[in-house]
Amino acid sequence: MSPIVSFRDVHKSFGAVPVLKGVSFEIPKGQVVALIGRSGSGKSTALRCIDRLETIDRGSITVCGHAVSDPNINLRKLRQDVGIVFQSYNLFPHLTVEQNITLAPRWVKKADRRKAHELARDVLAQVGLLEKIDAYPEQLSGGQQQRVAIARSLAMHPQVMLFDEVTSALDPELTGEVLKVIEELAKQGMTMLLVTHEMAFAARIADRIIFMHQGLIHESGSREILRSPSTPELKNFVGAGL
Amino acid sequence: MNYSFDFSFLRDYWPMLAEGLVLTVQLALMATVLGFLLGTACAVASTSRSRILRGLVGLYVEIIRNTPLLVQLFVVFFGLSSLGLKFSATTSAVIGLTINIGAYSSEIIRAGIESIHRGQVEAGDCLALSRWQVLAAIVLPTAIEKVYPALASQYVLLMLGTSIASQISAEELTAAASRIQSDTFRPFEVFLVVAALYIALSFLMRGMFWALGQFAFTRRRRLGTPL
Repeated sequence: MSPIVSFRDVHKSFGAVPVLKGVSFEIPKGQVVALIGRSGSGKSTALRCIDRLETIDRGSITVCGHAVSDPNINLRKLRQDVGIVFQSYNLFPHLTVEQNITLAPRWVKKADRRKAHELARDVLAQVGLLEKIDAYPEQLSGGQQQRVAIARSLAMHPQVMLFDEVTSALDPELTGEVLKVIEELAKQGMTMLLVTHEMAFAARIADRIIFMHQGLIHESGSREILRSPSTPELKNFVGAGL
Repeated sequence: MNYSFDFSFLRDYWPMLAEGLVLTVQLALMATVLGFLLGTACAVASTSRSRILRGLVGLYVEIIRNTPLLVQLFVVFFGLSSLGLKFSATTSAVIGLTINIGAYSSEIIRAGIESIHRGQVEAGDCLALSRWQVLAAIVLPTAIEKVYPALASQYVLLMLGTSIASQISAEELTAAASRIQSDTFRPFEVFLVVAALYIALSFLMRGMFWALGQFAFTRRRRLGTPL
């Protein structure tokens, strides 16, 4: 079976600054991959390239059979298969939780009102926020907003979920509730890529860890590499994180 | 100071004032609706990727903002007829006022669009919404909500500005007043009455915009946050 996400020798620069200098990796179906590394190591950029929020300069990216690096790609088809959750939630402030969730199913997948409502209830139950279905984003805590953002992505039934430092803006006590939802998704077999600073969390749920350093994959392997890193850079990074 | 007020002209001339008032309301209403649509379209164009569109809107806005409304109305009124297009004074006034208020609306709405965080658009894109859907469902509703008070004040100013249409012989409230005072030689009283009518209209308009805001911006209504 072909992998859900595949990077081949991906290069990307912002102006004169190279951010990705030949990155190759694959995410098979059902796998949870944690992308770790210092700020500026290129991990968020790599994640954003998957959904074509950034275009690459060289190499190729394939996601769920879509050639992402092809300039003629059907972006809307790609983005129906990819769910993405951001650090800053990005809920739509003028819409209720239900409307936030049902907007894309109704407008993109043409779901009728009743079906969309059922869908919203399903995904909200999944993130444990059914009682907030009629609330507006500003009435929710950061952790709740992030869980709604996850539910909103799930409502499109993506084949892969990308999480871009989704707990970095949250207080420690709110981080837990979001990580619990992600862990639950992992148990259900969702294919996921997490860019995260939560080392303990990565060590607990990731099938594979990829450590990026200066635009390259410096070390990768099972979660064991966090306990016994083989490169001094990862050793350093893990040490600083603990 | 022994001026004695005489408002008796109202008895004979109130129908004329009423007709002028109706036309003023019509001019203001049409220019507001059309100007809002034109302004929205221009704001979208001025935030688009097309350099040509941005340039054209920029030129339009600069021309309108740097010329007097009276001159704009004359250009439309005499210009159209010189081109062989026969429009009534009222139609010319609606066209001129729309072009004028469209430029101001465009600037206000553009500011609203530019204040929206890029992440909002990105989130819409990532949900596979098309560019137009992102615009219609996310960008424009939040942008317009943000600048709604500024837009509403601009439209009240426009309503007051319709008085200039009297200069191209549109028979609105100020034009009616001019005619009445030249018949009655009571300019002070006539314009006092007209001023009171404009004040009433302004308050009415503000009330209508408030009600429209309550209706359109569900979140504000439900959470009780003021606009």
